[in-house]
Amino acid sequence: MPILVIAEHDKAGLKAATRNTVAAARALDGELHVLVAGADCAGACAATAALEGVSKVLCADAAHYTDQGAENIAALIVSVAGAGGYSHLLAPATTFGKNVMPRVAALLDVAQVSEIVAIDSADTFVRPIYAGNALATVKSSDAVKVITVRTTAFDPVGDGGAASIEPITAGPDLALSTLVSRELTQSERPELGAASVIVSGGRGLGSGENYHAILEPLADKLGAALGASRAAVDAGFVPNDYQVGQTGKIVAPQLYLAIGISGAIQHLAGMKDSKVIVAINKDPEAPIFQIADYGLVADLFDAIPALNAAL
Amino acid sequence: MKILVPVKRVVDYNVKVRVKADQSGVELANVKMAMNPFDEIAIEEAVRMKEAGVASEVVAVSCGVAQCQETLRTAMAIGADRGILVSTDAELQPLAVAKLLKALCDKESPDLIILGKQAIDDDANQTGQMLAALMNLPQATFASKVTVAEGKVSVMREIDGGLETISMHMPAVITTDLRLNEPRYATLPNIMKAKKKPLETVTPDALGVDVAARLTTVKVLEPAGRSAGVMVADVAQLVDKLKNEAKVI
Ligand SMILES: Cc1cc2nc3c(=O)[nH]c(=O)nc-3n(C[C@H](O)[C@H](O)[C@H](O)COP(=O)(O)OP(=O)(O)OC[C@H]3O[C@@H](n4cnc5c(N)ncnc54)[C@H](O)[C@@H]3O)c2cc1C
Ligand SMILES: Nc1ncnc2c1ncn2[C@@H]1O[C@H](COP(=O)(O)O)[C@@H](O)[C@H]1O
Repeated sequence: MPILVIAEHDKAGLKAATRNTVAAARALDGELHVLVAGADCAGACAATAALEGVSKVLCADAAHYTDQGAENIAALIVSVAGAGGYSHLLAPATTFGKNVMPRVAALLDVAQVSEIVAIDSADTFVRPIYAGNALATVKSSDAVKVITVRTTAFDPVGDGGAASIEPITAGPDLALSTLVSRELTQSERPELGAASVIVSGGRGLGSGENYHAILEPLADKLGAALGASRAAVDAGFVPNDYQVGQTGKIVAPQLYLAIGISGAIQHLAGMKDSKVIVAINKDPEAPIFQIADYGLVADLFDAIPALNAAL
Repeated sequence: MKILVPVKRVVDYNVKVRVKADQSGVELANVKMAMNPFDEIAIEEAVRMKEAGVASEVVAVSCGVAQCQETLRTAMAIGADRGILVSTDAELQPLAVAKLLKALCDKESPDLIILGKQAIDDDANQTGQMLAALMNLPQATFASKVTVAEGKVSVMREIDGGLETISMHMPAVITTDLRLNEPRYATLPNIMKAKKKPLETVTPDALGVDVAARLTTVKVLEPAGRSAGVMVADVAQLVDKLKNEAKVI
């Protein structure tokens, strides 16, 4: 039976998370189709058709998919799933996928398997529970498997495919909600989820001004994305989309620098799969040191400028 | 306006859980339990709406074992007017909870249902969206601001790239994010008062809901730990290690 991936995109192109999701889907047995639902989304469809391993792109182009609202997109996925006889429906475990897929699962009367990190077989998956303090292997008894994928656990697929693009009829406009406004953080830096180096700051920075003045030069030098603990977000140092952790973004860069972050389990849940972790904290007892590859006990206001100068 | 708030009893967020030696799950005996933090935020939000005169009644619901009554009493100490326990010893998965909540919503007809975005034990992040789907209602997940005006609710949502605001007709389903509010501490007088508030008990059978699990747990393992790192003396040594040992810069 074929497998369907739901693309996350911005009309013109694909979000990086779609590549990881396709990678996960390739570990399953079956022809791989990708659904692109959007308005004026020809660019995203073309980008999807070029993905390695994809054989068909289903393109639903309609005005009521502009905002990517969960209600309309879930209704579309359910009708596509029924018509196509798909065995698995997969989306990235991003705020987009988390918003849409449980709705799909409920409409199909099946469970959702959230944030899988490994695939054991067609019906058995591994997923973290309790903020990543345990890994559960679960087996689904449902006919259709609805899955969200933790993107850091699957290496993204590249280009090289030449899938066909098939326009499909849009689903109904349920008109259940309307988008009033959207403020996306503008940044020249790499996306948190896809960055190979992340400079992350916590409450120890003391203020938003300090956060930017101290961490930005370092991030510039390393070509890094900026992240933060929930405490730094709550204190208003940075916007919410900087948050790394159990209830924020899950990241796994080559290098993660935790600066003025104590290392609460909720924070560790979001970054402990990073390849190399550096912690800089003035408290030698800070739990972050227990998982850091390199720990430096120092006042960050001295250490970071010195580090920046040394690079 | 009536608000229904589902609250889940979970392992306290400060507890570092241990995986059982027989790999059947995590150790829950003698572990401190508490209300799911996101549900505390949901109750707080509903109670604030009542205090502001926007809502008239706040009903807390918990599904699970008899001890969930404690969670409901906590919700009532924060300010919920009454509680409903859907009593069962069965393992409840999000789809089953969503079906139980739907059955209750059919009876109670709330204008808003406010859930947590995620339970910190199963980390599923599903129930609110599933309930909205089963009831064919609009949903606003990951709420960081909620405003009710003229029969509509507008919700600011935390999304990966930033923030967005959506407007929905009611009834509607909302799930809370951490920044929505800071829940109050229940005071002793309010804890005492909560003991006298009505608490009704129903069963999944009485609600006509099949709660059979769809996922079976094959095993639960401890994740691979990180091998111990080293402490460096100063910035120069750190740079040297990153360049020459880890080779990441
Ligand atoms: C349900 C729930 C979900 C949560 N989800 C998340 C999540 O996803 N992500 C997350 O991060 N948190 C999350 N949290 C919050 C988490 O529990 C911690 O409160 C938070 O991570 C702490 O952030 P912090 O380390 O920046 O602050 P703190 O714990 O206050 O630590 C600050 C650190 O800075 C150090 N410091 C201070 N000054 C200096 C200096 N001059 N130089 C060097 N070091 C200094 C201190 O020694 C300290 O270790 C969640 C909490 C709950 C209840
Ligand atoms: N057993 C339960 N009883 C009451 N509410 C629940 C229960 N399980 C989940 N919920 C609600 O659904 C939210 C999301 O849970 P989950 O989908 O399991 O991550 C929680 O924050 C609660 O508001």
